[in-house]
Amino acid sequence: MKIKNFTNGLVKENPTFVQLLGMCPTLAVTTSSVNGIGMGLATTAVLVCSNMAISLIRKVIPSNVRIPAYVIVIASFVTAVGMLMEAFSPDLYDALGLFIPLIVVNCIILARAEAFASKNNIGDSMLDGLGMGLGFTMSLTILGSVREFLGNGSVFGISLLGSSYQPALIMILPPGAFLALGVLLALYNSRKMKKAN
Amino acid sequence: MENASIFVIMVSAVLVNNFVLSRFLGICPFLGVSKQVETAFGMGMAVTFVMTLSGIMTYLVDKLLLSNYGLEHLQTAAFILVIASLVQFVEIVLQKMSPTLHQALGVFLPLITTNCAVLGLSLLNIQYKFNLVQTIVHSFFAAIGFSLAIVLFAGIREKLQTSDVPKPFLGFPIALITAGLMSIAFLGFTGLV
Repeated sequence: MKIKNFTNGLVKENPTFVQLLGMCPTLAVTTSSVNGIGMGLATTAVLVCSNMAISLIRKVIPSNVRIPAYVIVIASFVTAVGMLMEAFSPDLYDALGLFIPLIVVNCIILARAEAFASKNNIGDSMLDGLGMGLGFTMSLTILGSVREFLGNGSVFGISLLGSSYQPALIMILPPGAFLALGVLLALYNSRKMKKAN
Repeated sequence: MENASIFVIMVSAVLVNNFVLSRFLGICPFLGVSKQVETAFGMGMAVTFVMTLSGIMTYLVDKLLLSNYGLEHLQTAAFILVIASLVQFVEIVLQKMSPTLHQALGVFLPLITTNCAVLGLSLLNIQYKFNLVQTIVHSFFAAIGFSLAIVLFAGIREKLQTSDVPKPFLGFPIALITAGLMSIAFLGFTGLV
């Protein structure tokens, strides 16, 4: 087990800001910090479990049917996570709605299964899943917080700007997702360019 | 939405609840295959084809198998399998029956399996409790809405290539901002139905 597998996903290969994977949930559910972190953690749970399971059965699956096999493994974990969420935090479940079952088609999960879990042992696969998942959670929380701050004047539901603040409602409507992520990516790029110089 | 008329479903699927710009379904192909109008159009057609078929197929699977035997919790797994095999099947049939069409759509077909618009559509059809006719109309026009958005977006991106964009914004950031502005335009359709 190497710790590098864990830290890789956090910053250097961050799924959202560097690899630009899993854009649909990233844009759709980040209307608030809480939704962002909830979606991120649900995805992390699925990613860790599916990475471990796939790593365990990697030698049994014939290589030409591996993709359908991975999809079935992922779909079972998604169903389980969805049911747990419905039981233990129904509010979050309602807020994320359609995007819980859609974790199945989140490209990050299939990409890690194919690129990492199918080639590495269970410990490393777990660390990789955890790192990628937490990197994803972090990006979603940042994006959710920025949108909630501008669109509602609060972060994690705690009002920061007082009642005199006129919220920019557009930030929590669909266009705000595109605009906020666009600007955040540009900021990330400009920092990287400054570092390179 | 249960008793919505065909016309309302049409307008709502194409403009008001546009799959890409207000529901955020199918963002990956929307950002990935939109550098040229021509390829964007090809992708749009491939998605329309698959989405209409898979909408009908998953509806039938749900009605005839899953809800009949109380297996609704297997929805996600069953639908994704149906979609994956359908895409494979369409590819094989196209290759045999119409090589020209296959050549035009071929490269896009494998990408569609992981397109969340397809699975999202199937789940939405069930959620809205549509009947078969409504399902067909909704599936087809949701896909037309996707095609409309991706072709318009590709048109703008073609123009963007010759304009002077600030360096940090080059590539994805400016594409996202463009999509944001388009989304604001589509917000104008809210309240239409």
